[in-house]
Amino acid sequence: MSLLNAIETEAQPQIEAAGVRKRRRHVLDLDDFSQQEILEVLESAEGMSEVLHRDIKKVPALRGRVVVTLFYEASTRTRISFEEAGKILSADVINMSASGSSTEKGESLLNTGLTIQAMGVDIIVIRHPHSGAPYLLAQHLDRVGIINAGDGIHAHPTQALLDLYTVREKLGRLEGLKVVIVGDVLHSRVARSNIWGFTKMGAQVVLCGPSTLLPLDMLRPRGDDDENDPLASVQVETNLDRALEGADVVMALRLQAERQNGGFLPSMREYIRRWQVTEARLSRANPEALVMHPGPMNEGIEISSTLAHGGRSVIERQVTNGVAIRMALLYHLSAGGE
Amino acid sequence: MAPDTILIKGPRIIDPGRGVDEVGDILVRDGVILASGTVSPDDIPEGCRVVEAGGLVASPGFIDIHCHLREPGYEYKETIAAGTRAAARGGFTSICCMPNTDPPIDNSAMVEFIQQRARDEGIVRVFPIGCVTKGRKGKELSEMEELAVAGVVAFSDDGDPVEDPNLMRLALTYSSDLGLPVTNHCQDLSLSRNGVMAEGRVATRLGLAGIPSAVEEAMMARDIALAELTGGRIHLAHLSTAGSVPLVRQARERGIPVTAEVCPHHLTITDEWVLGGQASGTGTGASFAYDTMTKVYPPLRGQQDVDALVQGLAEGVIDCIATDHAPHELISKLVTYEDAPSGISVLETALGSALQLVHGGHMSLIALVERMTVGPARVLGASFDHLSTLAPGTTADIVIFDPDLEWVVDPDEFQSMGKNTPLRGATLKGQVVATMVQGRFVYQDGAVV
Repeated sequence: MSLLNAIETEAQPQIEAAGVRKRRRHVLDLDDFSQQEILEVLESAEGMSEVLHRDIKKVPALRGRVVVTLFYEASTRTRISFEEAGKILSADVINMSASGSSTEKGESLLNTGLTIQAMGVDIIVIRHPHSGAPYLLAQHLDRVGIINAGDGIHAHPTQALLDLYTVREKLGRLEGLKVVIVGDVLHSRVARSNIWGFTKMGAQVVLCGPSTLLPLDMLRPRGDDDENDPLASVQVETNLDRALEGADVVMALRLQAERQNGGFLPSMREYIRRWQVTEARLSRANPEALVMHPGPMNEGIEISSTLAHGGRSVIERQVTNGVAIRMALLYHLSAGGE
Repeated sequence: MAPDTILIKGPRIIDPGRGVDEVGDILVRDGVILASGTVSPDDIPEGCRVVEAGGLVASPGFIDIHCHLREPGYEYKETIAAGTRAAARGGFTSICCMPNTDPPIDNSAMVEFIQQRARDEGIVRVFPIGCVTKGRKGKELSEMEELAVAGVVAFSDDGDPVEDPNLMRLALTYSSDLGLPVTNHCQDLSLSRNGVMAEGRVATRLGLAGIPSAVEEAMMARDIALAELTGGRIHLAHLSTAGSVPLVRQARERGIPVTAEVCPHHLTITDEWVLGGQASGTGTGASFAYDTMTKVYPPLRGQQDVDALVQGLAEGVIDCIATDHAPHELISKLVTYEDAPSGISVLETALGSALQLVHGGHMSLIALVERMTVGPARVLGASFDHLSTLAPGTTADIVIFDPDLEWVVDPDEFQSMGKNTPLRGATLKGQVVATMVQGRFVYQDGAVV
């Protein structure tokens, strides 16, 4: 059995099962994923994970495909993760960053996208500081698949999928779990995508942090909330001890130093005192509770060092699983429809 | 032959200033309305041109007290020629252009330039609005009396607020003997910060920085207090929040000289439009989220705001509809939401949008026409009375429209250079058939004459 066959026996059945649905062209956020499709990706990633742990990490599934990573923001783990995922699947991966490119000559995002499309690229993986930037490309490029690798404070769907994958791997399920996301939710694309992901999979999401860093409209709904909107079903609790009662998953978000200068916080000291995730606080959570962080971490700010590297932490596992998830998505977009 | 005599035959004549809503005829000669309602056959000369208007509505031409014609400085967005053609297609016979041009309209030479261009290339009446402050910089008052003598009809730094409360006080005080209103764009900049759409559920979902309603209401409350303090005439531009309506109502009840306007888009569409055509997913289907055509200042807000504004307009708390026509070149909108300029090209969709209020049963047709004719004229002052009526002896500025004609918005058919509208492909009910300025048709049968 060839390596390609080995992959196909893992991944093909799920994709065929989804044959009734129009094949997905873009991964922009999880808001348009069904529970079924999320499960398909997670199961496909299990097969990819197996490849990742082989001696020779290479399968020809995407041979002849070209993937461009187009990053307008600094990134280590996400960019390398996509590059590794593409290369293991034998795609040709080209990395482009905004600095040193035609962007510095003033080329617009759309024209850069059209140029890349004209070169016959199959998939563009984009990270951009503006919310919605991947949607601009998806709307105007008709021959390229777009994967959102993080846009502004809006979405980071591949991060959310790897978080779902990691929790499911460790706890065996997603439904009925209590997931507490702690920190600067207001400016977090990780939190937004995880709200969609965990809610769609039947988990209860609780947001915790300073009121100034939680979306105000969640605290004070304006009265015309849509029942189908998962934002309406999340709970908000500013007291971390109460939020952690019975939690199954605790996810700390990165706190940017500039939030203090922006007036959102009186001081880092006060933030640490009230919202740092520590071992003592975690005692209120379930004994099996997982500690997660999307990285990069400010150890000693949003999470204590001992917890970050302790037995309950799955932070490194998240990184490993990120490669498998991105392999599954690249395969999902480029090979599934043939 | 009497080419300068025109009989508009058989329309439903709506003349809100005189309380008229009846089927009749209108006779026009030499740019003046000779008769309206019952026209004696003896008055109709042989060879008189007859325009059949049975089943249509004829009213005074619409007056827009807030639009952007972009000339000079931004002729790639709009020109006085194109903007006035758009106005004609939209049924507007008088439009007032904001002074946020480059250079801004802050001296008499600039006013005369606009007037000259309008005479040379415009096809409807153009009235410049002058800056409140020199260069729109918000530091020193412009030479307001010179501007008034040159012919401006109001003062505004629109696009930006007059931020400094003391300067606003002085502007209202200094201009109080000129008889012209100061129009403020109410936006507390320290509160709106980097916001790009209405704060709320949609903004949270899309990860776009929000603009709370208090941004508008805080400055509006300030301006009302300053109008009370000074006795100056404040006009509040483009109301967008539910909370602004009671502020204006209370000010009126206390006798403070305040007037207010609202835009067609704030009366008809909400921030849900930023999500794209369907709310179940932001990236599938025919339309995508982050449609930059929906980016406008003030931002589109919630249904509760829309409802309150409609009620405020119906009750007359809000005096008039103004378009805030803000044309942009298409390429400027083909960027991220954050980078896109604010503004919608409105002149040619204003009537169709506004008529939704009539078709939806929120107000009568005569009331709506009042808010587009007599209402804006009242804001500007007595000199506009003759442009907002069909009374015999007054200027023949007339619009003829079909309130029930359904049409699909295609910005490529706009006369405006600004094709930027979120309404592309939308069906509107109500379309202009003909527009007459000073007794001459400038738009008729789907074409500029």
